[in-house]
Amino acid sequence: MASLKKLPPGVDPRLLIKDAAKSLPQPSRRLFLRGAASLGALSMLTGCDIIDGPTAENALRVVSRFNDRIQALLFSETTLAPEYPESAITRPFPFNAYYSLEEAPDIDGETWQLEIGGLVDNKKPWRLAELNQLPEVSQITRLVCVEGWSAIGSWQGVRLSDFLKRIGADLTAKYVWFQCAEGYSNTIDMPTALHPQTIMALKFDHQTLPAAYGFPLKIRMPTKLGFKNPKYVTAMWVQNNDAGGYWENQGYNWFSGL
Amino acid sequence: MTAEAANHVPAVCDRASEPVIHPRWVRVTHWINALAMFVMIGSGWQIYDASPLFQSLYFPSQIALGGWLAGALLWHFAAMWLLVVNGVVYVTLGIMTGRFRRKLLPIRPHEVARDFVAALRGRLSHDDLSVYNAVQRLLYLGVILAGLVIVASGLSIWKPTQLKYLTAFFGGYDTARYVHFFAMSAIVAFLVIHIALALIVPKSLRAMIIGR
Ligand code: HEM
Repeated sequence: MASLKKLPPGVDPRLLIKDAAKSLPQPSRRLFLRGAASLGALSMLTGCDIIDGPTAENALRVVSRFNDRIQALLFSETTLAPEYPESAITRPFPFNAYYSLEEAPDIDGETWQLEIGGLVDNKKPWRLAELNQLPEVSQITRLVCVEGWSAIGSWQGVRLSDFLKRIGADLTAKYVWFQCAEGYSNTIDMPTALHPQTIMALKFDHQTLPAAYGFPLKIRMPTKLGFKNPKYVTAMWVQNNDAGGYWENQGYNWFSGL
Repeated sequence: MTAEAANHVPAVCDRASEPVIHPRWVRVTHWINALAMFVMIGSGWQIYDASPLFQSLYFPSQIALGGWLAGALLWHFAAMWLLVVNGVVYVTLGIMTGRFRRKLLPIRPHEVARDFVAALRGRLSHDDLSVYNAVQRLLYLGVILAGLVIVASGLSIWKPTQLKYLTAFFGGYDTARYVHFFAMSAIVAFLVIHIALALIVPKSLRAMIIGR
């Protein structure tokens, strides 16, 4: 319950939990093609079960990888996500995760450290106070959830591309991988990591990031769906292999660009 | 070939000498489109459920496609290629061959009203399947336009940053979701009428399958 105290004013905890419950993976997720009732007739016609079976799932995942490449081509490091005025900020800004807010990590900012690894010259871990001293950028952008809803929020923090240069990261590496306190993780492509609006968010609406929004560190990238924006980040690795991610590994599109 | 084949299967070959009502490209693209549309609509309903636009409207998983959000998204973003590539072929050929101009135009309001009343009275003639009545023209042109709107609004909610001007054209991300939803509703309404009529006039269905 300790984390509830850190709720920003105006946030209704019951709403938050309802939101979180919606994105809980269903036990049937490994069999997600079983619901294909509207195509049942077709599979009877063709006399095989490509529609229901693992063949269809594999074929769909191949197309999803193809869509990753198309999205990488469509992505432009100079195309900026629209920014909005203060008045457009969604209040209360929703909390969304695959767990309830009570279960969200309750991190001690004094002892927390950001671990750095992979193809980086200086792997010294960073403390929160040190990150807070770096030049700050600000954005009011729209967070678009894979579920379809969206909300406009205000984030402040360190531009990730500046940070990567500061620590001597190999900017020709293909991926940046993030590990989070609750076990969440995901991998993003280097072009997105270097996008000017990709930031290491330390604040929400000019206040220290509340627990609900990922204290102490959220990676905010308005060019990707919400689930690609990790919260409670504890480690960052620059690497050439794709380490996947929590939702990506369950079938969500890897690139998930906007 | 007609004369020779006629000796063997006269019944069929009488028909083979009849003029073609729907050329092969129309039939092929029509049925590919029907398949793509069913996958897009079924998976779209499952995606809708993850964040419904209307509190009281929810699509049961049994009639949707994909089982859960990720499965539905995989179907949706795979079938979109089939829908778009096939749609581009159909619309391009429809314009280039003059089929749209010949079959779907002109659409005159008084003819639509006249044929609509005749249709309700069951007095529409189906003797010449190669000529669409005014109601058919309006519905077919309408659904082709709805197809354009659903693809454009779909792109605008898929890529609200890379295609931000398109998203702005649809009134922003949240409004574009409604546009996408209503375009689906229009297509589903069309389908209910369209499939019912195809079943009521089975020879039109035959023509869309074998061409005549
Ligand atoms: C099971 C589903 C479907 C059936 C049984 C069906 C049946 C037919 C038939 C029989 C025709 C010829 C009708 C006539 O002569 O007036 C036709 C034409 C047409 N259908 Fe469908 N249809 C189906 C799905 C769809 C879908 C999903 C769409 C679009 C969203 C569509 C759009 C059209 C159009 C635009 C035409 C006119 C084509 C042209 O002349 O170029 N149909 N359909």
